[in-house]
Amino acid sequence: MSLTAPLMARLAALAVATVLLQIAAVSQVSLLGVSADLSPLVVMSVGLLCGALPGALMGFGMGLFLDTALLQTLGVSSVILLAVGYGAGRLRELRDPTNALIPIPLGAAATAAFTVGFSLVQFLLGVDAPVSLLLIRQIVATVIVNAVIALPVYALVRRVLIPVLPDDPRRRRRRAYVTGGLSPISRS
Amino acid sequence: MHKQTVRRRRAALAVLVAASLALLTAYFGEPAGGALHALQRGVLEVLAPIQEGTGRALKPVRDLAGWFGDTFSARSERDKLLKQRDELQQEVIGAEAARRENQQLRRMVALDQTGVSSYQPVTARVIGRSPTVWYATVNVDKGTVDGVRLNQPVVNGDGLVGKVTAVTHGAAQVTLITDHSSGVSAKVVTTKVDRAGNGVFGLVQTAVGNPQDLLLDFVSRSSNLQKGDRVVTAGSRSSRLESLFPPDIPIGLVTKVDDQELSQYQRVHIKPFADLRRLDFVQVLTRGSQGPASDQASGP
Repeated sequence: MSLTAPLMARLAALAVATVLLQIAAVSQVSLLGVSADLSPLVVMSVGLLCGALPGALMGFGMGLFLDTALLQTLGVSSVILLAVGYGAGRLRELRDPTNALIPIPLGAAATAAFTVGFSLVQFLLGVDAPVSLLLIRQIVATVIVNAVIALPVYALVRRVLIPVLPDDPRRRRRRAYVTGGLSPISRS
Repeated sequence: MHKQTVRRRRAALAVLVAASLALLTAYFGEPAGGALHALQRGVLEVLAPIQEGTGRALKPVRDLAGWFGDTFSARSERDKLLKQRDELQQEVIGAEAARRENQQLRRMVALDQTGVSSYQPVTARVIGRSPTVWYATVNVDKGTVDGVRLNQPVVNGDGLVGKVTAVTHGAAQVTLITDHSSGVSAKVVTTKVDRAGNGVFGLVQTAVGNPQDLLLDFVSRSSNLQKGDRVVTAGSRSSRLESLFPPDIPIGLVTKVDDQELSQYQRVHIKPFADLRRLDFVQVLTRGSQGPASDQASGP
């Protein structure tokens, strides 16, 4: 998918809004002893809707903004969210998943990749403190909470981006069915 | 055409990964006053009012979600509190007599017992919070213009919260005592063992992954600590190694004592008094640990 100016503008606005919402509200609400993390879900949704390159760019940009706003080590979130966005985008390009519930397992996978990746980078950077085994419980709880909210987050991201998306997979498939079952791939 | 698209995508990916790694390396290697750190502080300065506005607007949503959580845990909390109330009633009777005696003695040595207010507290609203368990930090809406400086202690109505680790003109970042980089010298006020109130000293740290459970390390195995003992800041004041925190600020309650056979120390688990997951307002003690009794030795 080509990166048009309106798409870039919406992605930038979405990234800023997500980070602000995350640090000002979502992080302060505790469910199962953890907070939901919107960033991997939004990046996964963008990858799934727009493709690998916009997904990777969104991941990089949002990660950079998140690290900057929270005074964390710059580049950590960027590199992990970049991988999340790229992975979701590649899945769309290679498999084009049709199931309406696909954001749930993908959201869980994106969150798991983000939290585990973040922990690994922290270990690599050297943590001068004991690490509790309960960290695993925290990661699992975050994955569960994020899986629960993955569908509404995906729907919201889709709603924001749909006016600037040239070919939405759902609409494309409906048209293909009406015209007699032509393969969506043959249209491009 | 397809090959060109693939090549372009891979090139973009490589550039982004390289940029991330370059940023990471540069940030990790530079001192706290470096360009990237300064950039972060600048962004925090710009974002602080927006975060504050967003935080205020979304407070009803946070409260609603918090209400559900509170309702679920209310019953077990009630039983625990009833038990705690009975224990405290017994202690209050003894403490009341000790307090009167203490006041008289303090007047005799001309000490002012003014508590936290003597450290010039500045009340600040929490406007942001880190979402990851690896960074236990909050952003507050007070900065250098309000007298907030680096390393000043931060408390709330329940006890110690953390210290200021970054500050801009109108905002500051507070690293909580549950952050893995945090360390607070503390003492256990063992009412059952040591009625003189001297307590047992140690260092409060946290284990990554379990922010509700602080650890008091370097406590001798011979110390007879028990569940329910109170832990407060030690506030050690030597001319060379002054503690950042004033003495006697409540930190938490002892919940468990691990007796480690192969170590000369025991590991004490503490539940913090302050609910660090739900902070709306905090107080920055802008006089740091330089309270009214700063010329008095109150620690080890």
